[in-house]
Amino acid sequence: MKSSVITFPGSNCDRDMDVALKKFGFNNKMVWHDDNELPKSDLVVLPGGFSYGDYLRCGSMASKSKIMQSVINFAKSGGLVMGICNGFQILVETGLVPGVLLRNKYLEFICKNVFVKLDNKENAYFKNLNKDILEFHIAHNEGNYFCTKDQLKEIKDNNQIAIYYCNSEGKIEDQYNPNGSIKNIAGIFNKEKNVLGMMPHPERMIDQSLSGEDGSIFFKNLINNIK
Amino acid sequence: MKVNEQIALDHGLKSDEYKKICQLLKRTPNITELGIFSAMWNEHCSYKSSRLHLKKLPTKGKKVIQGPGENAGVIDIEDGDAIVFKIESHNHPSFIEPYQGAATGVGGIMRDVFTMGARPIANLNSIHFGSPQHKKTKNLLRGVVHGIGGYGNCMGVPTIAGQTSFDSSYNGNILVNAMTLGLVKKNKIFYSKAAGLNKPVIYVGSKTGRDGIHGASMASASFDEKIEEKKPTVQVGDPFTEKLLLEACLELMAGDSIIAIQDMGAAGLTSSSIEMASKGNLGIEINLNKVPCRETKMTPYEIMLSESQERMLIVLENGKEEIAKKIFDKWNLDFAVIGKTTNSKNIELFFNQEQVAKIPVNILVENSPMYDRKWKKSKLPKKNKIKKEVLNKLKIKDVLKKVLSNQNICSKEWIWQQYDHTVMGDTIQKPGGDSGVVRVHGTNKAVAASVDSSAVYCWAHPLTGGKQVVAESWRNLISVGAKPIAITNCLNFGSPEKEDNMGEFVECVKGIGEASKYLNFPVVSGNVSFYNQTKEVGIKPTPSIGGVGLIKDYKKMISMDLKEIDNLVLIVGKTEGHIDQSLFARSILDEKNGPPPEVNLFNEKNNGESILNLIDRGYVKSAHDISLGGLLVAISKMCIKGNKGIKISKSKNLINEIEYFFAEDQGRYLIEVNKEDLKEVTKILDKNSVHHEELGIITQNDMIINEKTKVTIDELKSYYTNWLPKYMS
Repeated sequence: MKSSVITFPGSNCDRDMDVALKKFGFNNKMVWHDDNELPKSDLVVLPGGFSYGDYLRCGSMASKSKIMQSVINFAKSGGLVMGICNGFQILVETGLVPGVLLRNKYLEFICKNVFVKLDNKENAYFKNLNKDILEFHIAHNEGNYFCTKDQLKEIKDNNQIAIYYCNSEGKIEDQYNPNGSIKNIAGIFNKEKNVLGMMPHPERMIDQSLSGEDGSIFFKNLINNIK
Repeated sequence: MKVNEQIALDHGLKSDEYKKICQLLKRTPNITELGIFSAMWNEHCSYKSSRLHLKKLPTKGKKVIQGPGENAGVIDIEDGDAIVFKIESHNHPSFIEPYQGAATGVGGIMRDVFTMGARPIANLNSIHFGSPQHKKTKNLLRGVVHGIGGYGNCMGVPTIAGQTSFDSSYNGNILVNAMTLGLVKKNKIFYSKAAGLNKPVIYVGSKTGRDGIHGASMASASFDEKIEEKKPTVQVGDPFTEKLLLEACLELMAGDSIIAIQDMGAAGLTSSSIEMASKGNLGIEINLNKVPCRETKMTPYEIMLSESQERMLIVLENGKEEIAKKIFDKWNLDFAVIGKTTNSKNIELFFNQEQVAKIPVNILVENSPMYDRKWKKSKLPKKNKIKKEVLNKLKIKDVLKKVLSNQNICSKEWIWQQYDHTVMGDTIQKPGGDSGVVRVHGTNKAVAASVDSSAVYCWAHPLTGGKQVVAESWRNLISVGAKPIAITNCLNFGSPEKEDNMGEFVECVKGIGEASKYLNFPVVSGNVSFYNQTKEVGIKPTPSIGGVGLIKDYKKMISMDLKEIDNLVLIVGKTEGHIDQSLFARSILDEKNGPPPEVNLFNEKNNGESILNLIDRGYVKSAHDISLGGLLVAISKMCIKGNKGIKISKSKNLINEIEYFFAEDQGRYLIEVNKEDLKEVTKILDKNSVHHEELGIITQNDMIINEKTKVTIDELKSYYTNWLPKYMS
């Protein structure tokens, strides 16, 4: 299975994602933002970081970089595109997924483990996963997902909500919402479910010695689904 | 502008220093030259008050590849790998502008590390604030934490450990010390020594602006009520550019183009160019019109003294300019050939085809002033006699509650949750443990690092305090199963021109030297920050020690959380009941006098090495050193982190209960062992003549002390975790 991780100036989880993808069997290539063409891929990942310093709006500069046109075309033709953290912010800026990501409610960067509940397993990312609640890791300053009422209705109607922040038992309540996201949303799909944007970093949870191993479960399942 | 003595004084130079400059030059310097002298001869750059004493520190060892004198120290961690590390202060700017001050402190120390070819793999910090009641404290704390996070998070380097304290002596002078560790191959280390004639001198990174002019001079002066006016001397950080600079430099370093490289830190282009020339015993010629400037009409004086961030100076091999330029173009960074190395042994600056400065390099460096300042020796204070009736009146649970929720003990999670501590995917021990630990990427090894300071002990008796900080750093590394290798120190003191403050410095350094020599724990890098005082009031002497150690097999790393019910907890090291200068004495008895606990270096070494031996044999399930707050605080933290209880029965020790539980005797650890291993463990400890006793047995929940005091885990957690978030909300 072939994957590509895009490196933007200021990306800083690109290596971590490369390590994770390779660990679970992907043949991964790093792709420079200024390239025109995507290599042949089964999965494209926009990694976390601070692309272009996030000095304008998070992800907005990166969404206009050269390679993104190929990524958008790839997504529109049904290819799997996953944006993690800053990658999610970039996806939102391209319009591939709806909504925006605002600054965290308490105006502070937050780095910790969280639980997320899967809402929809009818997609290449979560199909066949034998767990409904995963322990992931977040590290962001702008992860407060927001969309209009109409958009919210639409993404609900289309089952586009991928994961919610919850507790270890799967309870989706305000107190388990780390950043103020509307309806505790931690990740969403596009309508067709081939594009996934989420704030948590599964690539930081791939080893018992790290923060946990639910990332391993996610990646193992993902590659099996793509095969 | 014609230079005279008054202008020199305005630059922070002393009258006799100015005279010396005129003598050495055999003429009056022009304004640019005067600026250069003031930048090179201030305390921050020249170490004029401290050099004499720093020379006495042990800096060599089998594992030391590079000691002090370079951008950072380097140690050998085997298999061809090396760790580059250093700690540095950014105190003055952080008080004036906490966000930018702290951010650029972090940026500066990371640059020191990657200048040597190492990729930064971990950040740490030691931050000290005034009393929580002081009106500025909350905003300073918030600003500093945001600044550290803002820079480190963007760079994608995990912040893995730190230390925070509050003390009214920092009311007018907070301390922000930042430390970075980088990983490099032993045969790919880069140095700042220029070599060869007519080699191109390259400027890369950000453009030069008017920010930070005289930053280093500002950092070499005391504060007064006009401090707000100094805001323009604080640099502004751009972590995004630094991330690009990091990647571009490492890309260039992978080849063989670089002869020497030096970051532009304090005193910017001035100190970087002079340092490279001085180390190479060469001259350097710079055309200032070639320096990329952010603002128009910058004068030579401004260009030379700007402390704009994210800049590097490189001496390249001839003919490599194009290769280098291509890399910096790719990363969208400025690149300019601004000069060349010469055999004149002068620094020569040109601007608009005119020579604007010409100074022999050795005058600036070797002839810089060095002072043997007067200092006062401090006596060991007399022990306090604390009445047993006073102690007997106290209830253990009440005391524990107060001590555990004390601002200097309580959980600092509110702070470290704002730092990305997991990026790079190798953090195996997060902040909140005895040391932070990161794996050496792609290997079975891990590196542990800790940063410590004990200002109160140093204040009570500087010599003992100096020893204690080094010993504590050593213990924190041992507690996670790391073999301690070397330290870096950041020496934060008041004015060296005052005998008391200078005495504190001299004796703390002496203590640090004694301990690091005895423990074979050499000092490989560091920095001195004097003049941490407002008007006449100086801070408590605060040397921060950053320790680094190696864990050969990261799976053998130890953490402090209690692991298994029915396991035993042993106290290693002797509890004598030393209460003076303990957190208990200061916060509960309001007793500020008396000597700090004695540091017995033989015991430190023996106890520590014995623990490492036990860890290596797999007997230790969890471990924690006993430090601030004493025994009961240490075991409480282990209970909280492991979510387990403990049944404590105080041994038939004659010491009063309160003294037993809250004394801060040194050289002690708590270790968790399996019942079946007890015999073997005690045998090893006895053989090494290490004092040990049983503290108690691990239970499901509740801490039960001597069958009469019960504290639930939830109570412990609330004492420990509530103070800081509540204070900040």
